[in-house]
Amino acid sequence: MEITMSQLMVFMLVMASATFITRALPFVLFDKHSDHPFLNYLGRFLPPVLMVLLLVYSFKNETFISLDFVPELLGLMVTLVLHLLWRQPLISIVVGTAFYMLLVQTHLLG
Amino acid sequence: MSASSNLYTAAFRTTIPVMLGYVPLGIAFGVLFAELGFHWLYAGLMGVIVFAGTAQFLAVGLLANQAGLVEVFAATLLLNIRHMFYGLSLLNRFPKTGLRRWYMIFGLTDETYSLLTSTRPPAGADAVQFKFLITLYNQCSWVLGCTIGGWLGSQIEYSTAGIEFVLPALFMVLIIEQYRQVPKPSLFVAALVVGMGTLLFISRDQMLLISCALAVALLLLAKRADVWK
Repeated sequence: MEITMSQLMVFMLVMASATFITRALPFVLFDKHSDHPFLNYLGRFLPPVLMVLLLVYSFKNETFISLDFVPELLGLMVTLVLHLLWRQPLISIVVGTAFYMLLVQTHLLG
Repeated sequence: MSASSNLYTAAFRTTIPVMLGYVPLGIAFGVLFAELGFHWLYAGLMGVIVFAGTAQFLAVGLLANQAGLVEVFAATLLLNIRHMFYGLSLLNRFPKTGLRRWYMIFGLTDETYSLLTSTRPPAGADAVQFKFLITLYNQCSWVLGCTIGGWLGSQIEYSTAGIEFVLPALFMVLIIEQYRQVPKPSLFVAALVVGMGTLLFISRDQMLLISCALAVALLLLAKRADVWK
C-alpha cells in the first residue's frame, strides 16, 4: 500500500466535507422550499437511480464480456439472496465480500 | 435523580438499539479498514471526522482501488445525496443557531435521523439537549466499534485480495433497500442501462459524473411524460 498518512488524512477530510455538505445543504438552501413538488420528485426517484449508478461504477474497470466477471456475479447473487432472506446489511455485505474473496483467492473458477 | 441526569440516562436508553447496530457494524468497518495496512487508530479517527457508515465502507473500496480525490468527493456526494432529502423533514426541529445545531447536522446519519424523528424527550426536559445527546451517544458507539474493529483487524493476518468487493456488495444492499421504498423495476432497469451505456460507450473515467447528469436529465423528461409517479 503506497498511500501515506498525510494522503490518508486528506482523503478523510475530502470524504468528511462531502458527507457534511449533503447533510447541511437542505438546512442551508431549502429552508423555505421544503415541500416543493420538484424536490419531492427528485427526493423519491434520484436515490434509487444513484445507487444503481454507483453499483455500475464499482465495476468501472471490468469488460463484462469474459468469464472474469463470473466471481463478481456470484458475489452479487450471494449478497442479494442473503439480504432478501435476513435484511441484515452487515451480514449481507461481509459474507458477500468474504465469498468473493474466497473465489478469487482460491481460483476456484480457474 | 435530578432532571438533568434523568435527561442523560433517558437519551442513553434511547440510543441503545442503535448502539447494538453500530458497534458490530463499526467493528466490521474497522477490520476491513485495518487490512489496508494503516494503523488501527485511524479507523477510530475516521469514525470521529467522517461519521458515516456507508461512506466509510465506500472509503475502504476507494482506498483499495487508490481512487483520486475528485472521485472520492463525487462518489461520497452521490452516495449521501439521499441524506439531503432526510434533512428537509427536520428543518423545523433543529435549533436555528449555535454549535449544537452544526454538530447535529454533522451527525445526521440514517440511524440518528430515525431516532430523532421517532422519539420524544422526557416531559419538561430540554428537547434540543436531548437530540444533541442522542447524536453524541450514537457517534460514541460508532467510534467505539470502528476502533475495536481496527484493533482486531490489526491482530489477524489474511490476504486482502478481493476486499474491494465490499463496494458492490454495499451498493447491492442499498439497491434492495431502495427498491423496497420505490418498487418500480423500470426505474432500476433504466438506471442500469444509463450506467452501463455510459461506461461502455462514453467514458470509463468520467462514468460517475456523466451518467449522473444523464440520469437527472432522463428523470426530468420522465416527469414531463409522467412515466414514474
